[in-house]
Amino acid sequence: MKILMFGWEFPPFNSGGLGVACKGLTRALAAEGTDITFVMPRAVPVTDTHMQFKFPTSSDVVFKTVNVLLSPYRTPEEYATLRRSGLGGTFARDLFGEVERYALYAQAIARTETYDVIHAHDWLAFPAGVAAKRVSGKPLVLHVHLPSVDQGGGHGFDPRVFQLEKEAFAVADKCIAVSQRVKDALVNDYGVRESKVVVVYNGLDLEDVSAFEKMSAERVADIHDDPIALFMGRLTLHKAPDKFLDAAPLVLSKCPEARFIIAGSGEVEHQLIRQAASRGFANRVHFSGFVRDAERTKLLTGADVLVMPSVAEPFGLVALEASASGTPVIVSKQSGVAEVLRHALKVDFWDVHALANDILAVFKYQALKQQLMHSGGLEARAATWDHAARACIDVYNTLGVAYARA
Amino acid sequence: MHQPYRVRRYRMFDIGTNHNYFDTDEETDLNNARVLRKVAQKSYRPAGEVFSALLRTHPEFKFAISITGTLVEQLEKHDPYTLKLYQDMVNTGRVEIVGETYYHSLASLYSMPEFVRQVRMHRDMIQRVFGVVPRVFRNTELVYTNHVAEWAERAGYKGILAEGWDGVLQGRSPAFLYQPSNTTSIKALLKHYKLSDDVAFRFGDSSWSGYPVTADKFANWIHAHHGNGNTVNLFMDYETFGEHQWADKGIFDFMRHLPRAIMAHPDTVFMTPSETADAYPTVDSFDVPHVLTWADTERDLSAWVGNDIQKSAIEDTYALEQDVLRTYDAGIIEDWRKLQTSDHFYYMCTKYFNDGDVHAYFNPYENPYEAYIAHRNALEDLKHRIERYTVR
Repeated sequence: MKILMFGWEFPPFNSGGLGVACKGLTRALAAEGTDITFVMPRAVPVTDTHMQFKFPTSSDVVFKTVNVLLSPYRTPEEYATLRRSGLGGTFARDLFGEVERYALYAQAIARTETYDVIHAHDWLAFPAGVAAKRVSGKPLVLHVHLPSVDQGGGHGFDPRVFQLEKEAFAVADKCIAVSQRVKDALVNDYGVRESKVVVVYNGLDLEDVSAFEKMSAERVADIHDDPIALFMGRLTLHKAPDKFLDAAPLVLSKCPEARFIIAGSGEVEHQLIRQAASRGFANRVHFSGFVRDAERTKLLTGADVLVMPSVAEPFGLVALEASASGTPVIVSKQSGVAEVLRHALKVDFWDVHALANDILAVFKYQALKQQLMHSGGLEARAATWDHAARACIDVYNTLGVAYARA
Repeated sequence: MHQPYRVRRYRMFDIGTNHNYFDTDEETDLNNARVLRKVAQKSYRPAGEVFSALLRTHPEFKFAISITGTLVEQLEKHDPYTLKLYQDMVNTGRVEIVGETYYHSLASLYSMPEFVRQVRMHRDMIQRVFGVVPRVFRNTELVYTNHVAEWAERAGYKGILAEGWDGVLQGRSPAFLYQPSNTTSIKALLKHYKLSDDVAFRFGDSSWSGYPVTADKFANWIHAHHGNGNTVNLFMDYETFGEHQWADKGIFDFMRHLPRAIMAHPDTVFMTPSETADAYPTVDSFDVPHVLTWADTERDLSAWVGNDIQKSAIEDTYALEQDVLRTYDAGIIEDWRKLQTSDHFYYMCTKYFNDGDVHAYFNPYENPYEAYIAHRNALEDLKHRIERYTVR
């Protein structure tokens, strides 16, 4: 089975959550014996060998290579701001120009490659997928990681993006949603037929599981003896780091030795620092900035609890990673990962009291903490990409793509 | 018949300031008064009316009820009309009340003295409310061991109910009375779980081969025991009638017709548990060194103390016993006992995550961890209240 896949980014270069998901899924799909050609709108220095990459740098491309400064979570508005700032290389007139160029490139690729099915990730790559289907007539699967109605917790909503998605969903043969809540958005907000949408949850890399298991076994509880609550993610309002901070004084009122770590960067970072300072508990709150690799692991396993209070979260992989590494997690009920993790505490994002209550419960009740660490860890480590890959193959099969496992 | 006092969303911030663990106005299944009204309307009242009518029209019809103190309290407070329905039935002399713990607790496994106190409280309440004294004992969720049977004999009961589980019976029939190990006079009445569950679990299940079960069909299954048994003991949750099995599935019609269908066979009679114990000899011994219950396929305690938070919650509860009793504070003692009700620990169960058996599992909390935190916070407040007496 040959898959022509359209993405927008790929680790390690300029990678957000979408790139990480694409890498995890394609590796698992390759392990299932599929051949994947992964197309991106520009050249990036990839080191992975599990599939073939295509960029618009090769000679068979009919239009000029563009060097763009884009990430999937940028809205057209943000794009315009960045463009004015003069960062990056050549810009198209706007983000839609980039998306259009990508679709043109996709058309060219679609003519020359051989494949059985087309699979595109999120709205920036949807026109590329649609273009490929128009050229080849092959079945099209659209994988929805972040629908624009959820972008910026609904604040980044752009009617043009919405329209583009809606038209693409109409053309698609099947849609894959990363959670039931994303599926609900597709059905309720975009009017996609219920039977056309399949939920396929994100997961962990199978080969990382043993590392997570090791982390869990050797947890470094000694960053500090004080109980630590960790927020890890982009500092944007829809991730609700402000709710995390709102919970802090409540927690401190019952547990003065508690510490709060905010790991990440983003547009509300300064606001958060002011918030912590003005309320007089700045000495209990630590801003680590964006962290990666060993430092990230150290924070994840050193925390007593990871809090992900997002206003809207299509999935929320960090909670799965934290749980896999043996850290209890509190997630908002408005997150996709809450559908997967049963051994987790769940709160409504607006209920700061419930959040503070649950943080304190993990700090104070050892049996609770131990069971979340143990059972949550087992559960998260079983949620791997190979399940997602097999579910995708099932989707391809329903579209009449003949596939015998290699 | 049982309803617990569910613990409301009792938060960390309530500890030390608010000692109300159980009452809430929220419109959820954590609102005990609301649940009571709902179950009374769906089950206790319509079922009581059906059984009352049967007692009037069928002079041979008899049955027994096991009703907890926590339910009687709530009925007295919120629905005395329904309670009166049951008092009148007991007054006919054909409805027996079986003894158990007042709080529907698992005390027999954690503190025999506390267990005995709760059984006495229950006996006194039954005498006050119904004017009778229980002669047969059934423990919470049919928790049974040789030890419990030995205690029940010493306490003067003539019978004790237990699950008629194949693992213990080893091919013998539950349709006879058995002699609990190390006892001489008390008799074990074993639940005929197949026929009981046909009504309690399978009645409305259209995928079951026995579906639909009519009164005549079910009576025939009972009559089939003539010649190879003395008694068919049907024990089930009372909420089977109208709450687990709905009226529109025909459960009440089934019950209306059942006595006539059963009496159609001339050798069949209805008996209460104490009459059964009087009427038949034991045929063999019943040896249960390890805990037997009527729950799930395992017939064990895993639904209540199967995971670590459950074990911790129940152990932490009973660890307070001496400190609680030493306060002689009726409010503290009562709250502690309400926190012993087995339902609290059941709500913390995570085993149903795995076996897909969730349909049989009801939880007023959104997840087991929420149940644990609310209960554990309440215990923490209880400790604060106790400290006011001990720190002097």
